[in-house]
Amino acid sequence: MAEPSEQTASRTPAFIIFGLVAVVFIFAFINSKSSGLSFYPLDQFNVKPILGKGPVGTFTITNVTLWMALTVAGIALLLVMGTRGRALVPTRMQSVAEMAYGFIYKMVEDVTGKDGLRYFPYIMTLFMFIVFSNFLGLLPLSFTTTSHIAVTAVMAVAVFLAVTILGFVLNGAGFLSLFWISSAPLALRPILALIEVISYFVRPVSHSIRLAGNMMAGHAVIKVFAAFSAIAVISPLSIAAITAIYALEVLVCFIQAYVFTILTCVYLKDALHPHH
Amino acid sequence: MEGDVVQMGAYIGAGLACTGMGGAALGVGQVVGNFLSGALRNPSAAGGQTATMFIGIAFAEALGIFSFLVALLLMFAV
Repeated sequence: MAEPSEQTASRTPAFIIFGLVAVVFIFAFINSKSSGLSFYPLDQFNVKPILGKGPVGTFTITNVTLWMALTVAGIALLLVMGTRGRALVPTRMQSVAEMAYGFIYKMVEDVTGKDGLRYFPYIMTLFMFIVFSNFLGLLPLSFTTTSHIAVTAVMAVAVFLAVTILGFVLNGAGFLSLFWISSAPLALRPILALIEVISYFVRPVSHSIRLAGNMMAGHAVIKVFAAFSAIAVISPLSIAAITAIYALEVLVCFIQAYVFTILTCVYLKDALHPHH
Repeated sequence: MEGDVVQMGAYIGAGLACTGMGGAALGVGQVVGNFLSGALRNPSAAGGQTATMFIGIAFAEALGIFSFLVALLLMFAV
């Protein structure tokens, strides 16, 4: 009699999972009959207070501030705990922290050169903040702070102002030679200068909206497919689609943080060496 | 009535603005495709140029982002 009970014991988790999936499907089916399809893909980006339902003021604790605080806590946990031991043979946490440090260090060195390494701490901070808030936003029921243009615009405008001020402080009026391309024919230079000036001032716009738009679009697509899963017939298909898009989102989260950081390095290089 | 027509125009315009993102898609595909065809001919030089590829992608994508921005402005700001 021991054998069958052992078999059922090993099958219990599969039964539980199957039962849960069946219950979810049944609820989805009932729900789809009563209320039909309901798409609210952008509702997940609403900023609301954690406690109560009052208006959002300057010092209200909202879901944005909560997840930003968790981002900072996560970075601090990784870097503080990772560098605590400083073992010759690193633990898992230490090797992740070292990898992140080495990755950004190499990027700054490759793009801006040796003299850009003075600004490495700022770029490392940017990368860690963006990559952590992107990945924390992938957790179910969490909130993606970088999906808000208000959040990314602060970072992009800070980079823009820092680079512009740095360029003028280091090069004086010579920074303006960034817009005057001396390798082009003389007749073309004023037109090129106009284009360069426009593209310079458009930088913070594209820099911030690229990150926010990518995050927002990915999460909205997941929500749209999740709404389709209310129809029982196509729900397996939509769950498979959500899984696939989620895997893509993991990639996108990292690549967008990487792109934001490397563009910061490119802009910094322009400020350090404005001559073409 | 007039406001409805304006809103309809704004929504149609937002949809049309989104076609600009197709151009960004073509541009990004061009950048990555050419990078790959170059990288497969000379794989030893490919590693050093990955960052350049991402910068190229970012610049190609920026123009699609402007059309996305126009769509957002038409949807929520007009």
